[in-house]
Amino acid sequence: MKSKAKLNITNLNWGVSFLSAVMAIAIGLLFGLVILLISNASEALSGFAAIVQGGFADGAKGIGDVLYNATPIIMTGLSVGFAFKTGLFNIGSSGQFTMGAFAAVYVGIKWTFLSGSSHWIVALLAACIAGALWGLLPGILKAVANVHEVISSIMMNYIGMYFVNMLIVSNIHDKIKNQSLPVSKTAIIPKAGLDKVFGSQNINIGILIAVLMVVIIYFLINKTTFGYELKACGYSKDASKYAGINAKRNIILSMVIAGALSGLGGGLLYLAGSGKYLQVVDILAPQGFNGISVALLGMSNPIGILFAGLFIAHITVGGVNLQLYSFAPEVIDIIIAAIIYCGAFALLFKNIIFKFSKRKEKEGEGI
Amino acid sequence: MNTIYFISQQTMFFAIPLLIVALGGMFSERSGIVNIALEGIMVMGAFISISFISIFQDLLSGQILLILAILVAGLSGAIFSLLHAFASINMKADQTISGTALNMFAPAFAIFVARMVQGVQQIQFSDTFHIAKVPILGDIPLIGPILFQNCYITTFIGIAIAIISEVVINHTKFGLRLRACGEFPQAADSVGINVYKIRYAGVIISGALAGIGGLVFVVPTSTNFNATVAGYGFLALAVLIFGQWRTKKIFVAAFFFGIMKTFASAYSGISFLKGLPISNEVYKMIPYIATLIVLAFFSKSSQAPRAEGIPYDKGSR
Repeated sequence: MKSKAKLNITNLNWGVSFLSAVMAIAIGLLFGLVILLISNASEALSGFAAIVQGGFADGAKGIGDVLYNATPIIMTGLSVGFAFKTGLFNIGSSGQFTMGAFAAVYVGIKWTFLSGSSHWIVALLAACIAGALWGLLPGILKAVANVHEVISSIMMNYIGMYFVNMLIVSNIHDKIKNQSLPVSKTAIIPKAGLDKVFGSQNINIGILIAVLMVVIIYFLINKTTFGYELKACGYSKDASKYAGINAKRNIILSMVIAGALSGLGGGLLYLAGSGKYLQVVDILAPQGFNGISVALLGMSNPIGILFAGLFIAHITVGGVNLQLYSFAPEVIDIIIAAIIYCGAFALLFKNIIFKFSKRKEKEGEGI
Repeated sequence: MNTIYFISQQTMFFAIPLLIVALGGMFSERSGIVNIALEGIMVMGAFISISFISIFQDLLSGQILLILAILVAGLSGAIFSLLHAFASINMKADQTISGTALNMFAPAFAIFVARMVQGVQQIQFSDTFHIAKVPILGDIPLIGPILFQNCYITTFIGIAIAIISEVVINHTKFGLRLRACGEFPQAADSVGINVYKIRYAGVIISGALAGIGGLVFVVPTSTNFNATVAGYGFLALAVLIFGQWRTKKIFVAAFFFGIMKTFASAYSGISFLKGLPISNEVYKMIPYIATLIVLAFFSKSSQAPRAEGIPYDKGSR
């Protein structure tokens, strides 16, 4: 999976990237409207309005739900996007997310000796470490044994899922509901009054932690030597090796950081105190795969990922409202898929925009 | 002896779809197009062909219906894969992005359509395709019980696809051209081969095979389709890389994984494994762990097609 086209995308300047993302979103939404019209024309327009309005339809509570839904996918999106920068495709975000979620819930239930505010912080750190470990192995295999990271992280997804199921059953199992036990109160991430502002029990400072991580990763990639080395490895492994950069170390570190970000996402979701428990089922965590969408829509740029995560959460909440009409909420996934598909045409959009701006320039010269 | 027959019959159900889909992926990747969309194409092929079975099962039944359904699956997979081909060949898009889009689209589309049409997302069908014993062939000692008892015709179709693939890719003009486009498209173009056309062919073949693989996965293991193929498209991708993009090695890799998966899901039917005090989650993990270990030892010299994933631009020759 070499990444020539990706280089072109990351090379685009901000304005053009933003414009082409908006174009992709517009086309995706239009496609969604067409699907709604075909399936039930009489309700299509009001259904479409529900999607576009998203969280705003329910006032402050709706916005709170958007932020709550955005938190985990911003984290997995950051994880995938960060690995993209080093030329790695972290399709294993799902497994790292699950490992992080389990570690956080385990600490949240068992380590009750921790007092007050340190409990949830330790639980989140545990989530980071567990996720990092799950990223470490594909990183090492890639650097040392040349194992393709896509295949090793797919394997790690399944191993993680079964491993966590096993650990839940043997340690923190609620036998009646076949899920994890509730975490202790001190392990729940504080709400810091956000629940009162938004009138929603789901929201907590998790979204602020996610934003903080966005800023940290942005700084790390763009303002540090380490970030520069990572990007250099992503552009050309051989050239960076020639320049004296330790490519192997960077591959491993990149996967570890990506894993930690996904793991933290798992911790943030399952310690939110929103009544979500780890289920003992053989299904990979969908948040990891949504992270791929978020990273692609955000063009692997941390700030872009933040907005992409918010946007996808926004229309996901819209999809919940869509069920008031006669539509299945899966139309949201269809729209997101269409948006990503159009996003792949960034190169084409870029050319159109450049042609357009050049023509403008020429007209300007004429006067 | 019965245990061995049971294991080998079960292995077919897991290995054959992996084999078909991984071979499909091989055609695409050796023409130079990374096809991460195998999972989505499998779902699409399975969805349309299972719907076909579910609609026509009152009129037809048995092997005729299954063969028609396989054709439908191949056709719908091929058509769906055109989206990927268009994005990655004509639009020179990032092949990972368009593949991911297809993977996301297919299950959402399957659930959406099923729910809009029939209210629930599961599509039921009755399994009239099972063959208890093939006449004459099933009576051959040893081979009979392994291959020709308790089976589906999909097994033989899968093996036939493997043989045809081997011949096509290694012993025909088309195969040679396909490989050239995946290794060094500029050189292929310079001797008059239309790189775009060949790559389209590669992706369409992969789509058809992945579509068939989706149906072949669902039919022996279930009697309803729930918009998922349980990650088999991704596993096929793993088998493809594990098999180093070569037909014979893919065959071995698919069966290696199939046997592992059989132990994982059918260990309770194998008496000496059931007696061991090991959690069933451990058995489920074994195929994936074993693949990782094998890969760690055999990945040093990757034989990936060299031009894989790079859009071909005639202008930059």
